[in-house]
Amino acid sequence: MESLQYLSPTTQFVLFSALKILVVFGVVMTGVAYAVLVERKVSAWIQDRVGPNRTSPFFVDYIPVIGPFLVRLGIFQPMADGLKFMLKEDFTPNYVRKVYFWLAPAITVVPALMTVAVIPFGSTLGSEKMVIADLNVGILYTFGIVSLGVYGIVLAGYASNSKYPFLGGIRSSAQMISYEIAMGLSVVPIFLLSESLNLGDIVKYQADHGWMILKQPVAFVIFLIAAFAETNRLPFDLPESETELVGGYHTEYSSMKFALFFLGEYANMIASSAMMVTLFCGGWTLPGTLLSTPSASFLVGLLHIGVFLAKMAVFMVVFIWVRWMLPRFRYDQLMDIGWRRFIPVALANILLTAVVVAL
Amino acid sequence: MSAPAQPAPAPAPQAPPPVETMTVKVNGKTVQVPKTHPDWQGKPQPTTMLQAARCAGVDIPHYCYHDKLPVAGNCRMCLVEFGTPMMDPATRKPVLNEDGSPKIAKSVLPYEPGTPRGAIACATPISPGMEIYADSKATLQMREAVLESLLINHPLDCPICDQAGECKLQEYSVQHGQAGSRFVEAKVHKPKAVDLGPRIVLDDERCVLCTRCIRFSKDIAGDDALGIVNRGSYNTISAFETGKFDNNYTLNTVDLCPVGALTSKDFRFKMRVWFLKESKSVCTSCGTGCNITVGSREGVVHRYEPRENDAVNGPWMCDSGRLNYKWIGRADRLREVLVRGTRSTWSAALQDLTARLSKAPAGSVAVVASARQATEELYLLKKLAAKTGATTDSVAREGEADRLLVAADRNPNSNGARLTGISFTEAGIRIPEIAAAIEAGTVKTLVVFGEDVTKHGIPAATLAKLETLVVSDILPNATTALATHLLPGAAHAEKRGTFVNVKGRLQKFMKAVEAPGDARAEWEFLHELVHGVTGQNGYSTIEGLFNQMAREVPAFAGLEWAKIGDTGVDVKI
Amino acid sequence: MSTKVVDRSPLTFYERTYLPAILGGLKVTAKHFADTVFKGKSVTMQYPEERWVVPEGYRGAPYLVKDQDGATKCVSCQLCEFVCPPKAIRITPPGADGQPADRRNAEKMPKEFEINMLRCIFCGMCQEVCPEEAIFLQKDYSLTGESRTEMVFNKEKLLKLGGTHAGIQKWKHKLEEAEAQETFPVQTR
Repeated sequence: MESLQYLSPTTQFVLFSALKILVVFGVVMTGVAYAVLVERKVSAWIQDRVGPNRTSPFFVDYIPVIGPFLVRLGIFQPMADGLKFMLKEDFTPNYVRKVYFWLAPAITVVPALMTVAVIPFGSTLGSEKMVIADLNVGILYTFGIVSLGVYGIVLAGYASNSKYPFLGGIRSSAQMISYEIAMGLSVVPIFLLSESLNLGDIVKYQADHGWMILKQPVAFVIFLIAAFAETNRLPFDLPESETELVGGYHTEYSSMKFALFFLGEYANMIASSAMMVTLFCGGWTLPGTLLSTPSASFLVGLLHIGVFLAKMAVFMVVFIWVRWMLPRFRYDQLMDIGWRRFIPVALANILLTAVVVAL
Repeated sequence: MSAPAQPAPAPAPQAPPPVETMTVKVNGKTVQVPKTHPDWQGKPQPTTMLQAARCAGVDIPHYCYHDKLPVAGNCRMCLVEFGTPMMDPATRKPVLNEDGSPKIAKSVLPYEPGTPRGAIACATPISPGMEIYADSKATLQMREAVLESLLINHPLDCPICDQAGECKLQEYSVQHGQAGSRFVEAKVHKPKAVDLGPRIVLDDERCVLCTRCIRFSKDIAGDDALGIVNRGSYNTISAFETGKFDNNYTLNTVDLCPVGALTSKDFRFKMRVWFLKESKSVCTSCGTGCNITVGSREGVVHRYEPRENDAVNGPWMCDSGRLNYKWIGRADRLREVLVRGTRSTWSAALQDLTARLSKAPAGSVAVVASARQATEELYLLKKLAAKTGATTDSVAREGEADRLLVAADRNPNSNGARLTGISFTEAGIRIPEIAAAIEAGTVKTLVVFGEDVTKHGIPAATLAKLETLVVSDILPNATTALATHLLPGAAHAEKRGTFVNVKGRLQKFMKAVEAPGDARAEWEFLHELVHGVTGQNGYSTIEGLFNQMAREVPAFAGLEWAKIGDTGVDVKI
Repeated sequence: MSTKVVDRSPLTFYERTYLPAILGGLKVTAKHFADTVFKGKSVTMQYPEERWVVPEGYRGAPYLVKDQDGATKCVSCQLCEFVCPPKAIRITPPGADGQPADRRNAEKMPKEFEINMLRCIFCGMCQEVCPEEAIFLQKDYSLTGESRTEMVFNKEKLLKLGGTHAGIQKWKHKLEEAEAQETFPVQTR
């Protein structure tokens, strides 16, 4: 660590940023893989099934006692899934618009990963702030990037040259636009209260004044539901809706390209969870303990990251749980809730908060 | 005003002499039936109740009775209740009911007037005003009782019995029998799988002792070889000497046997009859042209059976003809079109031949056809020969005739060959002439259909002198080995066509199975070839081809394929 | 026609917030989750290790059976071949010169008996029609193979899989009955 002191600040910044990006990327990807596993396991348990419990690589035999238990939990399943995706035939149908067809999965997955950049996932580790890009307009960046995600889906629908993906793409764009407004409006009261757009400052505000979820429950509910809609999760998975559209926008995709859509969906879930933790649930802080203020201690820094991840995991499980609980909305209901319920409520919430703050 | 001149009415077809009829009632329905019916020898005999019922469309079940056999009346299956008009013994006048209809006296047991007394329908002549109750309660009871009695010692081994599926015992049991057996004692067991003759197996347990086989052998085949031995329950059919039931008509007893007692060794355990597709055909073993039914399954011929045609063979056929089907499915059948030893296609070979035959100078072609071919094919060959100025003939095939069916002429279509102009009064007389012409080098192209000419006067050395030897055949032989153009043909069971038998009966045969490999019906490719060589149009269906032939060949004038019917028509020979 | 008017009263405000439905869903799913994880109440079966107990009268794969003396019961009557709706059964009859039946008196048995298990629809008509009680739908339901030809089971395989079925031995009884009788008056051979 000492040797780092002699490097120029720019070199240090690049070095640490690269390291953080690598680690965060790794964590998010692992998170995605295990989110899939959790999804499968939780859905299995909710439906009185067992879930993946077979994958057992050769080295399991060398793990005493706990090895078979891990196999039963399906811990190694994501590896097999990944391998399967890579080995599958990457099929490009005839008559698709090839460039867009190949581009669409990448456009879906990239914004989902980029959102994570502004999330403060910890306090500090040593002297380094645990956020990749400590932007002053973090939240605006997030919304900007998230809106890009829809392009992947719309492109996929268009490029596939097939009716089901097309319908999926159309539904998706309408849904995204509708709910982005409600989502955007729902967080305005938070900035009114915290007087900053920097996510780090919002976390700090929450550490000092209590979590936003308690101060702005209406905003939280709207944000939560809009997050479901933005990530195309049940009960808002109309772009996919297997029962009507086969697979929706990714009907024509296979192998790794399909896997990228899959990855994008789960990365979006992770990003949304992170946002909710940051905006409403105090980020990396844990009130009433030592953990609510940044500390120079390395251990506490790690603990902060742990707290953040734990909170995020809770939201992930909620995402998954809701999927196996609620049926899909009808399209008109979806639009009705978006435009005629959430937007007015969010506006009213802003007004009320503004009045309260002004007073 | 004078009436417009009417064209003289066409003379009415000669009406058959009026048939004397008699009025009887069958199941309450009044019918006029002829007074006499021909018996097995064709002599008129008083009509029986069974025949009268048949005229009324009512079938009375029977085992021993057969139209073409003397009446025996021993199976009792045809027992029916009947009644006759009552006569007043004093006045000899019919007793009338109150409404004026004659009073009917039902037949009853003389000593027990309350019980109906049946009579065997097959041997009881009808009388005027008679009433036959073929479905009355008493009749049905009698049938049931007779069946029960016949089944007392029956082994009920239908699963291993070849007759199953065409067994009268099965059919009548379903229609008239009872489901269970009341017979609890041990059945009498008789010999099974007895070797009765070279082609016949006897199962005595299944026999109902109807004696049809005995009567056939004695009266039709003229070989009194069978009889019944032992007494009572031990009655069995037996050959005069074991293994000596070997006349040429023994397999007819298998058809005659209403049950599974007599079965064919050839067909034994080969295929269940319900799988067989039945195609109407004609036997090709001699000039008689017995009508047959070809039983085949999935392209494999399993048996021939005679098909009744009183104008030709009655219900019979000879054993040698019946068993002469195995060559159809032989493994060495010709399947490939060969041009000078290499495999070719029909279109290539026929194009080549068309070019050759079109260019051939008059007189350089000769045709040896076969009187085993269909008339249509011989007609096409004749057209080809006429165009190329070819000498034609067919091969004679003589054997020994018998007194029943087998004809001396062993070709099925000698008359067809004569009528189409392929051969002359005597078949084969121009073959030496053709052989000489080949030797002399005037004939350069020989067309051979369905014959091994090396065995009929044109030796292989002579054939070697030819430029072109076109051979169409079904099985390989010495001539096909020498062919420059080998065209695989189809057996009669694999195509449609007509034969003219020795007596001038034109009969058509139907397709039963598919030809193997590339083999095609001769008339199909001959039609193409003739069309190409003569430049005239023709017909690509057998119907059209036959009708065309009928227009051009005087003997068939006025005929059409559709008019031939299943039993054929007589043509002038 | 009787009609029943279903009560479709409008939703109350509380119901229209979706909250009762969501809470109800949470309750149901949470209960199932807990039951599966903590009480092990899963309904699935770990297939290759755990096997389904086939109930009586189950119609699995049809196999040929032997009688208690180890003889082939089938006499090649071909009724099953005839009745088989998907034409899965194919029997080659022995012919006159074929191998005689395993047991005396039954006269014949099939030269070859093939069932194409890919065609078989397990309807049981073969069993129903069989006059010899020679074919039975047994309890095999998991038939796999690596090729189509492998799934055509021949006589040998069918007999091996079918095992023994102790039934009435009618051919044996017939033979015993015949042998018990006094010798036939005239032996024709």
